[in-house]
Amino acid sequence: MKSIQALLLAAALTATASLQAQTPIKIGFMAELSGPQGVTGQDQYDGFMMVVQRNGGKLGGVPVEVIREDSQLKPDVALQLTQKLIEKEKVSIITGITFSNIMMAVHKPITDKEIFLIGSNAGPAPIAGAQCSPYQFIVSWQNDMQSEVVGKYAADKGYKRIVALAPNYQAGKDYIAGFKRFYKSELAGENYTPLNQQDFSAEISQIAATKPDAVFVFYPGALGINFVRQYQQAGLMGKIPLLSTGTTDGSTLPAIRDAALGAISGSFWGPDFDNAESRRFVEEFENKYKRIPSQYAAQSYDAAMLLDSAIAKVRGNVADKPAFMAALKAADLKSVRGSFKFNNNHFPIQNMPVLEVAKDSKGRVSMKTMAFPLRDHKDAYHQQCAMK
Amino acid sequence: MTPELFLTQLLNGVQLGMLLFLMSAGLTLVFGIMGFVNLAHGTFYMLGAYLAVAAYGATDSFLAAAAAGVGATLLLGVAVERLVLTRLYQRDHLYQVLATLGLILFFNEVVRIIWGPSSLFIPTPQWLTGTLDLFGLSYPAYRFAIIAVGVGVALATYWLMHHTRVGMLIRAGASDGAMVSALGFNIRRMNTLVFGLGAGLAGLAGLMAGPILSVQSGMGEPVLILTLVVIVTGGIGSVRGAFYGALFVGMVDTIGRAFMPVLLPHVLERSVAQTAGPTIASVLIYLFMAVVLAISPRGLFPVRHG
Repeated sequence: MKSIQALLLAAALTATASLQAQTPIKIGFMAELSGPQGVTGQDQYDGFMMVVQRNGGKLGGVPVEVIREDSQLKPDVALQLTQKLIEKEKVSIITGITFSNIMMAVHKPITDKEIFLIGSNAGPAPIAGAQCSPYQFIVSWQNDMQSEVVGKYAADKGYKRIVALAPNYQAGKDYIAGFKRFYKSELAGENYTPLNQQDFSAEISQIAATKPDAVFVFYPGALGINFVRQYQQAGLMGKIPLLSTGTTDGSTLPAIRDAALGAISGSFWGPDFDNAESRRFVEEFENKYKRIPSQYAAQSYDAAMLLDSAIAKVRGNVADKPAFMAALKAADLKSVRGSFKFNNNHFPIQNMPVLEVAKDSKGRVSMKTMAFPLRDHKDAYHQQCAMK
Repeated sequence: MTPELFLTQLLNGVQLGMLLFLMSAGLTLVFGIMGFVNLAHGTFYMLGAYLAVAAYGATDSFLAAAAAGVGATLLLGVAVERLVLTRLYQRDHLYQVLATLGLILFFNEVVRIIWGPSSLFIPTPQWLTGTLDLFGLSYPAYRFAIIAVGVGVALATYWLMHHTRVGMLIRAGASDGAMVSALGFNIRRMNTLVFGLGAGLAGLAGLMAGPILSVQSGMGEPVLILTLVVIVTGGIGSVRGAFYGALFVGMVDTIGRAFMPVLLPHVLERSVAQTAGPTIASVLIYLFMAVVLAISPRGLFPVRHG
């Protein structure tokens, strides 16, 4: 009798085990997918799904189910969606997250529930510092890094007088603070324009009259399209170097086009990166989506590659949280940026390049890597994070 | 501050003013003559820009895009007036606000479905790229073109309003619509005409803004707010009021943004000035409106009724 029971139990166990292997791992993908910001979220989605589809719906050899949600740039909506993904869909991983204010709203609810948060864009300072969590893995960058590298570039170039402009909100101030951290000298002027201001005629006239050595701006999305076009129309492009962060990138260049030629920006990756994984990514992306991939697609591609490597390491058993966490931390992925390493706060340690807007070999307006002012760069907040 | 910079900033103010005038000329008449609250005026601004983008894609010519954009917006304006707004003339203002707010949401979604969420733009025409030198003052040629178009439209409207029979009727309608109707003129047809012309002018404004500002869903709303400030300041129903109101608002807004960051640090501490500067600059036009309304509650150039 005992032996029959044991046999049945064993049979049942094997059955559930094989069932478990077939039930897909659920991954929540949440980003800004509508409105003017939808371009960034869509790039994140396309970059991520390209890996999933290339592997026939699998990551790390295990089938995955990606549940796509639009957080609409509304923290309250993002919070509801997070609860839905965790309570109802029972996801074990959430990825995406476009905006820093959304990240700040969902970071604690996700990591408190011990759900893995694989951020593929926003990297606000608090979660890199005191509020860091072992369940977060930010594959993109800490926000400041992207303007720190431009600050270093400006200092290396020996620009004496620099005027900085940004919209009057938290991120605008953060990016200028990041620039100043590595530029080190005093700025000749700082101008914070209202967030809804679209026409910069007065500011640009002011720049033309002050004739600084260079201009640094952070104008994301449509603001950047407007600023750069107006800067060029005023005849300043090519006369006064335009340095920027998050302004001339893969998401805005299709609209700015030739007007942006010569503008310089800081990032972590460019479509001309000379390594096998980056070339493969760019080629596949262009074939599939008929456009040059932006850095947002690249970040999210790396997020998928990270999951691919970590899920394979734990053979699909993401429920073993310490093992999965260690596998993610190891970051054994083929990244588009070449080497990839996580810092103690689970933000990347990486080389930061500056890129110039230039025509590529096919005559399209794209980004050209100029230099790496910062190598093995760590964010400014990792020491405030208690994690080792 | 050099005199050159000061003059350039004045030109910037005039340029913004001209763009606002194109918007407010139509809206002030719709408000004044029909007594109709039309929040969807910014929508025609957006539609003008989008239609011009589409026409530019098809023809590769700025002038053709301009003609198609303005013409199509005018026709759309007429269609919207006939189909939707005629039903609302007798209703309370609240219904009109609700219905035109609905139109805003509807058209914002329509352009998103047709043209997608990414920003588009109209390329600057070849012959208007670069800068013009005017007495040693270098200024973007395209912004000059906006000023020229604005002045041209202002002169044309002046002629239309003061030297033609239609203009006389429109002015009469603004003063006393019921009387004009009683004298045997078809005020309904005049409403359609005025609304269509207003929509066409808004479309022209959107088209002219296309090479400077990105064309995207919802681009009409911020402009609408400025336009409302202009017509309230200028006096509802008065095209002349719209012209001067637009110039004043454009000037105050630009001067505020241009000189606040320069002047404030002399008065306040640097960090305080950096925070306060943009805030003060952005409320300046509302302060201006409040002052004007306190002195002359019906605007700078009120239409005389009765």
